[in-house]
Amino acid sequence: MNRSGALAAVPPLTVALFAGPVAAGLLGTLLPAFGWHPGIGAADWSLDPWRELLAEPGLWRSVWLSLATGLGAALLAFAAAAGLSAWAQGTRWAGRLRLALAPLLAVPHAAFAVGVLFLAAPSGWIARLLSPWATGWERPPDFATVQDPHGLSLLLALAAKECFFLLLMMQAALAQVPAARQLRVAASLGYDRVTAWLLLVLPQLYRQMRLPVYAVIAFGCSVVDMAAVLGPAAPPTLAVLVLQMSQDPDLARRLPAAAGALLQGGVVLAAICLWRLGEIAVGRIARHLAARGGRRSLALPGRAAAWTGHAAILTTLAALVVLALWSLADRWRFPDALPERLGLQAWGAAAPALLPPFLTTLGLAAAVSLLALALVLGCLEREDRTGHAPSRRALDLLYLPLLVPQLSFLFGAQVLLERMGLAGGLLAVTWMHLLFVLPYAFLTLGDSWRALDRRFARTALCLGRSPASVFWRVKLPLLRRPILASLAVGFSVSVALYLPTLFAGAGRVTSLATEVVSLASGGDRRQLGLFGLLQALLPLAALLLAGWLGRPRFGGTR
Amino acid sequence: MSLDLRAVTLLLNGKPLVRDLSLSVKPGEVATLMGPSGSGKSTLLDLISGSLPPAFKATGSVTLDGADLLALPPERRRVGILFQDDLLFPHLTVGENLAFALPRAVRDRRAAVAAALAEAELAGFADRDPATLSGGQRARVSLMRALLAQPRALLLDEPFGKLDVALRARFRAFVFDHARRAGLPTLLVTHDPEDATAAAGPVVELSGS
Repeated sequence: MNRSGALAAVPPLTVALFAGPVAAGLLGTLLPAFGWHPGIGAADWSLDPWRELLAEPGLWRSVWLSLATGLGAALLAFAAAAGLSAWAQGTRWAGRLRLALAPLLAVPHAAFAVGVLFLAAPSGWIARLLSPWATGWERPPDFATVQDPHGLSLLLALAAKECFFLLLMMQAALAQVPAARQLRVAASLGYDRVTAWLLLVLPQLYRQMRLPVYAVIAFGCSVVDMAAVLGPAAPPTLAVLVLQMSQDPDLARRLPAAAGALLQGGVVLAAICLWRLGEIAVGRIARHLAARGGRRSLALPGRAAAWTGHAAILTTLAALVVLALWSLADRWRFPDALPERLGLQAWGAAAPALLPPFLTTLGLAAAVSLLALALVLGCLEREDRTGHAPSRRALDLLYLPLLVPQLSFLFGAQVLLERMGLAGGLLAVTWMHLLFVLPYAFLTLGDSWRALDRRFARTALCLGRSPASVFWRVKLPLLRRPILASLAVGFSVSVALYLPTLFAGAGRVTSLATEVVSLASGGDRRQLGLFGLLQALLPLAALLLAGWLGRPRFGGTR
Repeated sequence: MSLDLRAVTLLLNGKPLVRDLSLSVKPGEVATLMGPSGSGKSTLLDLISGSLPPAFKATGSVTLDGADLLALPPERRRVGILFQDDLLFPHLTVGENLAFALPRAVRDRRAAVAAALAEAELAGFADRDPATLSGGQRARVSLMRALLAQPRALLLDEPFGKLDVALRARFRAFVFDHARRAGLPTLLVTHDPEDATAAAGPVVELSGS
């Protein structure tokens, strides 16, 4: 096969790697949910799995918890992102905020959840800082601040985590709107900046925000790692319940678990429909407010939303600090504000247990991000040479693994992997990670690639360079920064993945994400702090490295 | 009610761009700022409307009817502005764009919008999508929007630059006519000497540095 032939194979290969597991995964969830799972000797079509699922105590409570925490977190995260954007627009904070976004976004969910646990638990850092002088507590209070039965702590933590993703998407969409000049017009008409931003800029951005918001809803309603650490226990959210059922030693429980995974898909769909209805209502209200002419009508809510965003930033920073503190704490008694002694004992003691999952995580993330980059570059270069841009529909397909709840298709994908004899191996885990890394790699690189001035490549071709040479010598060097950014983002996504690792690894592949979640249910705080800290530091290190490698070649000339 | 610039100096990264400019624009008068690109004429409008980019520093005073303008945030200055682009908000109807500009205290908003549209020879256009209007129609809506907010001064940042020649003279007359009738001190930035002639007010040539 010649080289252009190999290149031609990249787009179909990407689609196959991508759509295959999603389709097979959904099918592999659908069939067992109706009683067909030959792998465990079930081959009768029936509704029994559903009956068994519905008989599960507390099922509807679990469904409600999933819906309420997912939808509530998305709403709060969206408000925080919009508030921060409105507040920062046109000020010197806008640039700083954009700079801080990547590291804030890169903190993995599991590590963040543990950080929040360390902050907000009855014996957490906040209680310690306030005790005993303000609270009078000499020992941790006896009420639930995290893992509360209503899922409030989960909702808040999810919102804090997800608002950075929405903020990133919002800032990217902002580039397409002449916001600065429109806001000048609004100011000349007497409008307060925050009110004008929310009434004028946000509605124009919103069309591009819709898919990211739906992804956040889907994620929030079905999140497992954060819910396992911060969510209620009896009953847990639906996703955690389904996971418990699917991991039951009694293999027959996999049938109702499959039904549960489908129900999870229904919950996400319902949540998105509810949001859509809310969109229509809010759109009407906003137009009404705009036409009524109140110059400061949204000044107060807008500023409250911005403060929510500030709280999310502060929480993330504090979560990282408290993870580091616990990993270094030799002794830290309640209600001391700081550890009595710091030391590296935990690091030494945990090293043997730490090294294998650390290396697995590192290797997986490196391999997956490189693989994703190669596929994305192959697709984009192929697009350049044939002149065919992929249709809008094909690009929407990329969002699929972000929109379909992970649980709903991973459950079935595991069946596929077992059939192929891959389950429990690193290859299977790499493949599943690729599903979640590819969309982000495409999102971070695609726009920069297409924005590159085509005349550079044309000039090089006219100088007698081959297309391959133009690719390696002109396009790649010009796109060094977005390429490095896409690698770093892919790396960060992979480090954070919990459920894909758990399912594809069949319990035999342990990564930092799976270790952090399993340690969080009890166990040593110092060790947990250390594992969480390392999980959080890996993406930050990748971002720093990418930033350093991507530094301008001719510093200070522009 | 006049717009007064006294001894205004604009510095770009510490270097003077506009030196010691003084200008008084009387109510209903249209003053013209001319000069090559980069001479700071648009930046002067930025200063007056309150959106001076951070790289610039300004000294001197700008007063409107004797009151210091520079001390106020942009949204409290009540200085209307028109740009080369009409900047009608694309997610609102023509009528909603106008209603957005009406002060909150105006009771019969529908009637006020209808009157403004009739004034711009666009009666019945309230429910239209701005994108369906012609360039000249959009420009007129944009002016009506600025006027409905009841400004105390008007800034024109090359608002005729994108219109074709025939339309240009008509829209120019429309703008100047409204500004004079509303008694607004008006400051026009332009490249076109014909604009300055039509404005028939004081002309300031900025040289750049």
